[in-house]
Amino acid sequence: MLKIENLEVAYGNIKAIKGISLEVNEGEIVTLIGSNGAGKSTTLRAISGLLKPRGGTITFLGERIDGAEGHDVVKKGITHSPEGRRIFPRMTVDENLDLGAFLRNDKDAIAADKERVLELFPRLRERINQKSGTMSGGEQQMLAVARALMGQPKLLILDEPSMGLAPVLVDLIFETIVKINQQGTTILLVEQNALAALSVAHRGYVLESGIIKMSGNAKDLQSDPEVTKAYLGG
Amino acid sequence: MANTSYKARQARRIVIERTFGVSILALLLFWLVINFIKSPSQFAEVSLIGLSNGILYALIALGYTLVYGIIELINFAHGDLFMLGGLFSAHFIALWFHQTKSSPMGWLVFFLALISVMVFCAGVNVFIERFAYRRLRRAPKLAPLITAVGVSFMIQFVGLRWNGSGQKTWNSVLPSGSLMLGSVKLPYTTLISFAVTIPILMALTFIVTKTRQGKAMRATAQDQDASRLMGINVNRTIAFTFALGGALAGVAGLLFQQTRGLTSYNLGYQLGLIAFTSAVLGGIGNLAGAVLGAILIGLIQGLNDGLPIGLGQQWSQTVVFSILILLMVFKPAGLLGKQVTEKV
Repeated sequence: MLKIENLEVAYGNIKAIKGISLEVNEGEIVTLIGSNGAGKSTTLRAISGLLKPRGGTITFLGERIDGAEGHDVVKKGITHSPEGRRIFPRMTVDENLDLGAFLRNDKDAIAADKERVLELFPRLRERINQKSGTMSGGEQQMLAVARALMGQPKLLILDEPSMGLAPVLVDLIFETIVKINQQGTTILLVEQNALAALSVAHRGYVLESGIIKMSGNAKDLQSDPEVTKAYLGG
Repeated sequence: MANTSYKARQARRIVIERTFGVSILALLLFWLVINFIKSPSQFAEVSLIGLSNGILYALIALGYTLVYGIIELINFAHGDLFMLGGLFSAHFIALWFHQTKSSPMGWLVFFLALISVMVFCAGVNVFIERFAYRRLRRAPKLAPLITAVGVSFMIQFVGLRWNGSGQKTWNSVLPSGSLMLGSVKLPYTTLISFAVTIPILMALTFIVTKTRQGKAMRATAQDQDASRLMGINVNRTIAFTFALGGALAGVAGLLFQQTRGLTSYNLGYQLGLIAFTSAVLGGIGNLAGAVLGAILIGLIQGLNDGLPIGLGQQWSQTVVFSILILLMVFKPAGLLGKQVTEKV
């Protein structure tokens, strides 16, 4: 579904991504793990068209999307719940969700999707008319994921969905990720919480200083001694 | 201990500031009441003049506030765009269509000029955004600001070539008489200014609050990258905002040229600064605030210039900018400015 080959991204003269290749197949949850500054978010931003790659290709459903504008990437069916949530703080929950469906015109289907995401996150229904900037961090994170789902994505990109959340909420978020995947959405998940990410993902890639250091089935990575030592605190 | 004394000092400071602010307001009210008692009809008349100035400032102030709201740029060239709109209107009506007096044909041309000047100024503003500001979008804030000052000079020199260095006077195609309401004179030109401006302000409100494009504008104003991730074409949205602001400046240019009957290359500097002050007074970035601030400044200016007991016209600018300074001291965010208390 998504195929990245020899991707290079640089900020000025500093290369953040030094030629990585990865693949996401339809129906999968693929996770990209690695420490701070490894280049995880940069990779995602390049996929979404927020950053222009210096080299390499990104192909989505057989079409090249590297260098495309952000809004065109959304049109192709990739939505992205960014790091730090980036909800629209001065708008209500409802308005945020509507913006997630900005490119769609099918009113009935939008209403049905809104119902669906409010089923997934009942907390958002309670706060539907609240200004989203006044909600707690966990609620804002739920909104960021829900908003990305409103775009009816073929591929959902989640950047650090568990960051800064209480352990109970982390579990809830990961349960929801599995649920979304079971409902038919392919997911590319970036996490610092490698243990949790590998426990829900099918496959994983380990990113270190801009290169892919390891890849494989999530189960295998989970038991790999090197991964365990570096990321799983064991 | 240190903490309580700090709190006490803080409380005392607030009391002093409040007293000072309230006494200024009381003085202002006293001045208004005295003038009203002295001559009610003159009071009403100068209020109307102030109000008609105010809506003109509002049209310009909205352009400042729209652009600031979306890309946090104080577009210093905006006042000059208004000047260009006035020049365009004068040439359109008097030289290209040869209308120099009030007649049905003149009114038709006025209406055509209204549409043309909106398109013209919107186009110029979009052009400026595309070539001067867009490339600087990720640059430090000072770079586009200086560019805006440069663009302001460029437009002024275009005006200088087009209009000449002096002030030019023009005949208006609007009827020149007045409607008498008791002993109060209401000039037709003021009525027409209202009749043109109010529907335009309503249309603007509709565009910003109800349409898809307006939704994209509000989202882009809050977070550009997040807007891109929603599928919003950020560049087009910003260009659209410049087009809106430009069209409003064009309307202001036409109204000014037709109601005051003059053009000059440096009008943009004078009126632009007052309009910008209005936008800040109302809380820059806030559309209703810009209109409120502009009407207040128009009124204050009108009252100060025309009332029997007042500082008179030569103090007009001093009064306006003193108000700005006082407001910045007591309410830095402006009258309707948004409180920045966002939880991250």
